[in-house]
Amino acid sequence: MNIPTTIEALDLSSTIIQVENLSLHYNRKPAFAEVSLPIYRDQITSLIGPSGCGKTSFLMCLNRLVDLVPLAKMSGQIRFNAEDIAQKKVNVVALRRKIGMIFQRPNPFPLSIKKNLELPLKEHRTKNKAEIEEIIQTTLEAVGLWKEVKDRLRHSALLLSGGQQQRLCIARALVLEPELLLMDEPCSALDPLSSATVEELIQQLKEKCSLLIVTHNLAQARRIADYTALFWFAEQTGKLIEYGPSAEIFNQPKNQITEAYIRGERG
Amino acid sequence: MLKQDLSSPPKGFGGVFDFVLRQGSTGVIWLGAIFVTAWSMWLISDIVFNGWAGLSYDFLTHTPTNAGREGGIAPILVSTGLVLAICMAVSFPIGLGTAILLSEITATDSWWGGMIRRSLDVLAGVPSIVFGLFGNAFFCNILGLGFSILSGGLTLACMVLPILIRSTEEGFRAVPIAQKLGASALGLSRLSTLFYILLPIAVPGLIAGFVLGVGRAVAETAALIFTSGYVDRYPESWLDSGRVLSIHIYDLSMNIAGGEAHAYTSALVLLILVLLINQTASHIGLRYLRRGVT
Ligand SMILES: Nc1ncnc2c1ncn2[C@@H]1O[C@H](COP(=O)(O)OP(=O)(O)OP(=O)(O)O)[C@@H](O)[C@H]1O
Ligand SMILES: [Mg+2]
Repeated sequence: MNIPTTIEALDLSSTIIQVENLSLHYNRKPAFAEVSLPIYRDQITSLIGPSGCGKTSFLMCLNRLVDLVPLAKMSGQIRFNAEDIAQKKVNVVALRRKIGMIFQRPNPFPLSIKKNLELPLKEHRTKNKAEIEEIIQTTLEAVGLWKEVKDRLRHSALLLSGGQQQRLCIARALVLEPELLLMDEPCSALDPLSSATVEELIQQLKEKCSLLIVTHNLAQARRIADYTALFWFAEQTGKLIEYGPSAEIFNQPKNQITEAYIRGERG
Repeated sequence: MLKQDLSSPPKGFGGVFDFVLRQGSTGVIWLGAIFVTAWSMWLISDIVFNGWAGLSYDFLTHTPTNAGREGGIAPILVSTGLVLAICMAVSFPIGLGTAILLSEITATDSWWGGMIRRSLDVLAGVPSIVFGLFGNAFFCNILGLGFSILSGGLTLACMVLPILIRSTEEGFRAVPIAQKLGASALGLSRLSTLFYILLPIAVPGLIAGFVLGVGRAVAETAALIFTSGYVDRYPESWLDSGRVLSIHIYDLSMNIAGGEAHAYTSALVLLILVLLINQTASHIGLRYLRRGVT
């Protein structure tokens, strides 16, 4: 694995997460192996690569959602705020509060729009009604949903369009003020217009938190990501084959596979 | 040649056979449907037709006289209600708890989870008379509760639990994994996940289990004849013996000459009772489902 020297030269205090030698096995079958990379604070990092090379699995390691998968076994280190969060004893509830996640398919709870946001708020931040109202409004404004839904906060969230549902899910993660937001192909289940809206939103989110985004849309990665990581198969196992500033990855890739993938010849 | 054989659909036995097979199977399905509908229509109309005349306010509010040939069924309704209440009060929390344990806490493939599931499936198919004998031995004799409303209710609870647990568990399994992942990703506790996300989605399964359970319980004769007894006066306490509707019907139609008329009317009351319970259960279920939205 050859991580470009430009990365190593960068100031390490600007990294929010440092992944070292991370591997994941599902029932002894490796999903990805020996991934090491830093994720930079207040930047958008994109994760690209062919289907099945372990991108989703990688995200689920960072907030320990893999704990829910029976027979999944993780090894290696993930340094987050001077703590190794790959350790068994880590408080995953506190961790997931700080590292939010958005899924490929919008998954609002089958409750009202308001309840969707209230639930995580009451659990982690405040039970004060006025405060909750205020946070709900500012967060919905931040995701550009307030005007569209302010008159129907008590309606079921399932009645929203796909794009609105996805923005609601983003709002639901944002009410906890995460330090890092993991997004697993957040636009791929949406129509082009909603997809563009969400993409715009993601760019604005950069001011609030760091972002790690899995995407199959190379143009999107190129547009929004400051850094890009490419996962590839090596002996049926996902590996990180190139990582660096998006401009370098897309304009002067060092790896031949990367070059072919970017040009759309492989993958 | 070969290529054409592969691309054209298989000829089979030719047009006539296909036609007969298709029409035949449609016919069989229709026959089955008609038979089932006609059968239950006949049953219900027989009960309504023969029982309607005797149904009155007095019938519901008077005590039976002349071994049930005359008078009403008031004490029997009271006993039925008490037995059902005990059965549900005991089986509902235990059933819900076990279902949660089975579907949410034990891994799907764990050894003892599988064992419990298999035992429950076997128990669900055990004839009710076996439960009656067990209840008589365990509750009436070993625990010393005697022939009583309490013994009857507890025995019914044992009988209903397997159905209740399995169908509630199916309800919990119907919750999409995306919802569970979403809840976990927000760091929601197990308790709030259960209350706000799992329960609302699982309610239909719960209601189905409840209706099946109550339906089986309210119609039960064999399990109760050995446990709650068949004294037809008002029960004075939980430990007093009492006669439930189904036993009353059984007694009137089998043991009492000239009891048919009242047996029919009691059966009609039982029918109405089951319908009422079903309706109320699904009504409460719907209310609960909407609760989350407002
Ligand atoms: N819960 C699971 N149990 C067992 N194997 C799994 C599980 N989830 C994923 N895998 C396997 O792990 C490998 C990586 O899957 P993953 O979903 O992480 O890929 P991905 O890069 O996100 O793919 P895609 O781009 O299609 O979303 C695949 O071979 C997949 O079959
Ligand atoms: Mg994926």
